[in-house]
Amino acid sequence: MNFDPRYSGRNFSSVGTRPIRPDGVDKVTGRARYGADFNMAGQLVGRVLRSPHAHAIIRKIDTSKAEKLAGVKAVITAKDLPDLTDGDAGMYDILDNCMARAKALYDGHAVAAVAAVDARTARQALKLIAVDYEVLPHVTDVDEAMKHTAPLINDTIFTEGLEEKPVKPSNVTKRSQFGHGDVHQGFGHADFIVERSFKTEQTHQGYIEPHACVASVSSDGTADLWVCTQGHFVYRQHCAQLLGMEASKLRVTSSEIGGGFGGKTHVWAEPVALALSRKAGRPVKLVMTRDEVFRASGPTSATSIDVKIGARKDGTITAAEATLRYTSGPYAGTWAEIGAMTAFACYKLENVKTVGYEVLVNRPKTAAYRAPSAPMAAFAVESAVDELAKEVGIDPVEFRIRNAAQEGTRSSYGPVYGPIGIGPTLEAAKNHPHMKAPLKENQGRGMACGFWFNFGGQTCTDLNIGMDGSVSLAVGTVDVGGSRASLSLVAAEELGIDYSQVKAIVADTSSLGYNDMTDGSRGTFSSSMATISAARNAIKILRERAAQMWDISVDDVAWEQGHAVAKGDNHGNLGKLSLKEIAARSGTTGGPIAGHSELVADGAGVSFATHICDIEVDPETGFTKVIRYTVVQDAGKAVHPTYVEGQYQGGAAQGIGWALNEEYIYGKDGRLQNAGFLDYRIPVCSDLPMIDTQILEIPNPNHPYGVRGVGETSIVPPLAAIANAVSNAAGVRMTHIPMSPPRILAAIEAEREG
Amino acid sequence: MVEVTLWGALGQVAGGKSKVEVEAKDIRELFRKLAEQYPGIEPWIDRGIAVAIDGTIYRDTWSKELPPGAEIFLLPRLAGG
Amino acid sequence: MAGVAVSTTINGDHVEYLCQPDETLLDVLRDRLGLTGAKEGCGTGDCGACSIILDDRLVCSCLVLGAEAEGRRIETVEGMAHGEKLHPLQQKFLEHAALQCGICTPGFLIAAKDLLAKNPDPTEEEIRFGLAGNLCRCTGYDKIVRAVQDAANVMKGA
Repeated sequence: MNFDPRYSGRNFSSVGTRPIRPDGVDKVTGRARYGADFNMAGQLVGRVLRSPHAHAIIRKIDTSKAEKLAGVKAVITAKDLPDLTDGDAGMYDILDNCMARAKALYDGHAVAAVAAVDARTARQALKLIAVDYEVLPHVTDVDEAMKHTAPLINDTIFTEGLEEKPVKPSNVTKRSQFGHGDVHQGFGHADFIVERSFKTEQTHQGYIEPHACVASVSSDGTADLWVCTQGHFVYRQHCAQLLGMEASKLRVTSSEIGGGFGGKTHVWAEPVALALSRKAGRPVKLVMTRDEVFRASGPTSATSIDVKIGARKDGTITAAEATLRYTSGPYAGTWAEIGAMTAFACYKLENVKTVGYEVLVNRPKTAAYRAPSAPMAAFAVESAVDELAKEVGIDPVEFRIRNAAQEGTRSSYGPVYGPIGIGPTLEAAKNHPHMKAPLKENQGRGMACGFWFNFGGQTCTDLNIGMDGSVSLAVGTVDVGGSRASLSLVAAEELGIDYSQVKAIVADTSSLGYNDMTDGSRGTFSSSMATISAARNAIKILRERAAQMWDISVDDVAWEQGHAVAKGDNHGNLGKLSLKEIAARSGTTGGPIAGHSELVADGAGVSFATHICDIEVDPETGFTKVIRYTVVQDAGKAVHPTYVEGQYQGGAAQGIGWALNEEYIYGKDGRLQNAGFLDYRIPVCSDLPMIDTQILEIPNPNHPYGVRGVGETSIVPPLAAIANAVSNAAGVRMTHIPMSPPRILAAIEAEREG
Repeated sequence: MVEVTLWGALGQVAGGKSKVEVEAKDIRELFRKLAEQYPGIEPWIDRGIAVAIDGTIYRDTWSKELPPGAEIFLLPRLAGG
Repeated sequence: MAGVAVSTTINGDHVEYLCQPDETLLDVLRDRLGLTGAKEGCGTGDCGACSIILDDRLVCSCLVLGAEAEGRRIETVEGMAHGEKLHPLQQKFLEHAALQCGICTPGFLIAAKDLLAKNPDPTEEEIRFGLAGNLCRCTGYDKIVRAVQDAANVMKGA
């Protein structure tokens, strides 16, 4: 298919407006169906038994008593999910995480599961399963896990990426390095150097909807799976591979999704539900409890980061260096690598070096969380940048403007940038009224920048034109926050019709070709590209049909504002044909009219943001209050600006929670102590002020409308922006996230005692 | 002939080089020739390598042409949230 | 275990059901009566996604037993609209895009309805504290607060 994805400046009529979303009424009336809102006839209740130990050999599992309990229809262990991964290490880790095999690797690791006629019977059955554990020493702290004396989590792992092949196994799975120039020489030219170490604690995506699915496997080898997911096509592939099924025989339908933020890109419960259904011969509904969501589904990495930055008196950064250690749970990951790539991406640097270490710990398998790995790296770097600006004696915004990357700058992760928005977001922040607003006693202002790559990927869209001229748009990227509205706007724009004539749905895996997940801020970027392409293909057919109706050559038919228009001197007397008129005659001009598109949406534009915030710190208690918050971010083109603002505000709020309060707290026994919303406290309405937003639009050259991703970047700056504000308010540099009242108070008291 | 810059870990499996020259017209040919010249790179290609061409990152479009004189940078293929 | 027979009123309709003595009202609503508008986000009364109004009082239905509903009046999100006409709060939530994923929306609508019934003209701070028992992870609450402010203005004028 010849589709030109390049940006072409145009005037929009639908894109950029703010209509009500097509799925809105169902969501405000309680009719929308989420993961747990679906039932099948004869379904059983599935429940999972989880390890209470952080690290233990599973010597034996006796399920005989549970199997004999009346009402129990299936009990499974790892034996019922045999290894079919054929040497695919990543898939093997996913399998082992779904159901522990030789060892339980964290508190909450699944070891067995049951399906029973009701929840009470299922719970009773779990109590009758006897697991013989040999408890092993464990490690949950990132720095502890790196020591050579730490308990080994996987003795087959030898650190990758070292110059010399290691002879001993280690909890460090990989070392990665990025950068250019010579940092040693660069620091030699610096008049000021800031060097500090930082730590961030592990947080959870905190989606309000727990993982939920209903699985039904038939004896003929076909199966249905209803599930809340960010990517039903990927879930289908993973489940089919793990269960030895043909992908086409497993139909996965994505429910409405109650939040994901990266956490629903990974299968946990779904292969288990399918295995239970297969064994029981009945549908099985499996819904995680909140406790299970915290203990077993994917949190982000805990980190430990060292940063060193040097600058000349004139404010030019001469060298920047960081060492980043990220936990990946008990399985290998690439989280530190991403942190190492993003850490200095905002800046124009002659000499830069970042080194990342992936570290195994006895915590749940790390999953993506909104711009995964970038917020922690930005916290460390932007804190150090602020401190350096102070030492040099330049305003922190001005200092960043002087060193900001621009078109043509070699990025810290390697390639040279095209047109980018870091400079404009900084200029906008500098000129924002927020920057000049007066502060009261004990209040401080902070700002910080953030970067995220944004992704594209495989995408597939069907656009069908009904005989009444209305348009159904079937997309394969799950709608996590209003993308059906944005994509309807794009279809309306391209076809030249009204938004109300388009109805977008998310199609199941049997109705549409493969789509990658809604991750990497790709939903609207990729699916809008596929929608534009599908609409253009439909227009080609509409023109052909109009040509038939007029009995002229299709070359003489153009498409303008929702109408076929005859061009050329011979056709001056022909009027226009509307899409509706052409559709009404489709039965006799060649049948249904549709446009399809299958493409790889590549070339997602990188995105930058600058955040400003005011924080009040109570010096007596360490209690903080967010007084004012402003987000400035480049969207490329905001298709539905209200939902773009929503992404900015939501990312900022998650970042505020991370910065000030949220953390996984492990006891000495390696058990998670705060696996609930009471003790893992995410921001509530009374914790936050209004969050102001400013959308910049620096077109992405690789999208017809200039769209970049917008979902993730907004969580990158808050940790640092708030840390800088707290430091300015309290007069102490905060180096440990979250900045909970006890940590702030301790820092203030340490400063007082000098 | 295009000059291709490798990131740290990939350079190690290419005999410690950070830059290599390859005769390739598109990403597919680039990967094929890299795997021929440096067999150690092949498993990395299977796991996923992104190619930045003049700053734009391509993760999956193996038919993407490599214009003469373009800056070609290989990067790990990343996960998103 | 023998079931408990319960006779109650839900969204103005007389309803009878049998439930287990240890079954929550949320499970009864969702699993026995098919009213899945109330969501279970935590099961411990921390997230507010299962909010309902029980005899003019805002409660988490996961903390109420099904058997306790005997002789009471229950309002759920399913009862907010009148036929095709949405409640002003529902309309304003749509107009302000006060929802992204929408899982918390039924709970917020019920909590906001209860708030405005008791305080028809709340300040921003009163709205923020009035809705502090409901968790939203998507919006940062900005658009939710604005939607409630706007709905309050509409309802005052009505």
